[in-house]
Amino acid sequence: MRYETVIGLEIHAELATKSKIYCSCSTEFGAAPNTHTCPICTGMPGTLPVLNKKVVDYAVMAGLAMNCSITEYGKQDRKNYFYPDLPKSYQTSQFDQPVCQNGYLEIASENGPKKIGITRIHIEEDAGKLIHDDLRGYTLVDYNRCGVPLIEIVTEPDLRSAKEAKCFLETVKSILEYLEISDCKMQEGSLRCDVNISVRPAGQQQLGVRTEMKNINSFSAAVRAIESESERQIDLLEAGKTVIRATRRWDDVKNQSFDMRSKEQAHDYRYFPEPDLVPIVIDRQWVSRIKNSLPELPDSRKKKYLSKYGLSDADAAQLVSSKKISDYFEDTVGNGASPKLAANWLIGEIPKLLRKKGTEEIPFCAEYLAKTIQMTEKGSLSSSAAKAVIEEMFDRPRDPENIAKEKGLLQINDEAAVMAFVEKVIEENPQAVKEIKSGKDKAVGFIVGQVMRYSKGRANPQLINKLLKDILAEK
Amino acid sequence: MRITTEQVRYVAALSKLKLNEKEQQRMIEDMASIIAFADQLNELETGEIKPTAQTLGLFNVFREDESAPSYEREVMLANAPEKDDGCYLVPKLIE
Ligand SMILES: [Zn+2]
Repeated sequence: MRYETVIGLEIHAELATKSKIYCSCSTEFGAAPNTHTCPICTGMPGTLPVLNKKVVDYAVMAGLAMNCSITEYGKQDRKNYFYPDLPKSYQTSQFDQPVCQNGYLEIASENGPKKIGITRIHIEEDAGKLIHDDLRGYTLVDYNRCGVPLIEIVTEPDLRSAKEAKCFLETVKSILEYLEISDCKMQEGSLRCDVNISVRPAGQQQLGVRTEMKNINSFSAAVRAIESESERQIDLLEAGKTVIRATRRWDDVKNQSFDMRSKEQAHDYRYFPEPDLVPIVIDRQWVSRIKNSLPELPDSRKKKYLSKYGLSDADAAQLVSSKKISDYFEDTVGNGASPKLAANWLIGEIPKLLRKKGTEEIPFCAEYLAKTIQMTEKGSLSSSAAKAVIEEMFDRPRDPENIAKEKGLLQINDEAAVMAFVEKVIEENPQAVKEIKSGKDKAVGFIVGQVMRYSKGRANPQLINKLLKDILAEK
Repeated sequence: MRITTEQVRYVAALSKLKLNEKEQQRMIEDMASIIAFADQLNELETGEIKPTAQTLGLFNVFREDESAPSYEREVMLANAPEKDDGCYLVPKLIE
């Protein structure tokens, strides 16, 4: 039997505010344990939380960018559960009146663009970090992350494959990066996702029993978790068994999910309105003010790259997937580089060098890249020389023209100089010349290669070809 | 309203409480009377009334996004029954 996998995501993104959601403790990552806490974020009795306005601004920005309607009257609620990562024994979250509702995002699927519904985006606080000490049988608790603001983005069960889920996650990540409201560092836990997944026989209307998978720390882990869990569920159904509704923990090392405590039903969280926090009234002026200040989003940039610069769909998508690279691309083009050449470098060689050097930041300015590209267009740099110049700029950023001169990388475009090399090679290789004349094109490559060798790679290859043709025609 | 032993056990489990037979029996009575007390509200006609989450009459009380020094760790940990490595210590948890 064929089965269909149905996936919904709950994405948690830490917001890039300076201070926590209800107190002025810093949100900075990596501080020594429990050095960013106070009576408010540790839930001491008698304290009064006050909402950080920027958290609402950021949630509205995310909502507008994801086509949501913005709630006019929102409130916050207590979600009760007992676990030591939460010193108050409840998480302040939103239940029935979240900041944003009913949105969607478009992703590229196998059957063309597809709309994925967004049920809601709400604001809430993050929990603390637990470090399990197996040796001593203790758990250590660090409350630095406790009270860091989050938005939770909940999708409709509209995704049908691991690939679609990955594409959706990438789209969300790039939007949050463009809005500059989250660092989106999965390795630091500032972007996390839970996956709800069920399977059903193809064609069946009713949804199957779903499980929820937690502890997914990268997009590739999400793909593996979805594939593994949908297989597990299909195997159960095939064997005539049933799927049990449960929360499962994904273990990326074992490539397997494990049953966690049986999931408390929603009403067991005993949500109730947070009495210490007053309603959030978002008037339409506030919304339009934010709407007018939204930066250009990846989707609109991509459209521009297609129509204005004539880039391919894949190249445009690749460029806009990273805000840093896309910003750099715009800057390079603004400095006079050809968009197509700039795109080629920023998709191919430069990401490769970034990985090699272990950095995310291109260490030289876009003006230098633009100048390097212009030098290749003018023929004063071959593409392999340009590569060497760019690699050098990674180590010691400076004017590419100076680097080319220093390193003797400037291409030789002088006809007489190149001719001297060509004549020398022809004289030394009469056999190859014979072969060319008898129609063996491979020998042309050999001659060009020899000229490049003598010129230390600097002779302009087009010029070599042209001169070679001229000489052979004469002979 | 009748409360069953199962319901008592369920609520106890949610509240991380251990109740013996005798305590469970007492809870059945207590919870029944608590619910009967709350049930009095059902006698009121509330169809026309909007749900009320706040009675303060205030809204949009915000703070600006400015960070300030936190409390000293030693001060924060002063009340912790057990601590180590600048952390609170709790019994080991298994998920
Ligand atoms: Zn605090």
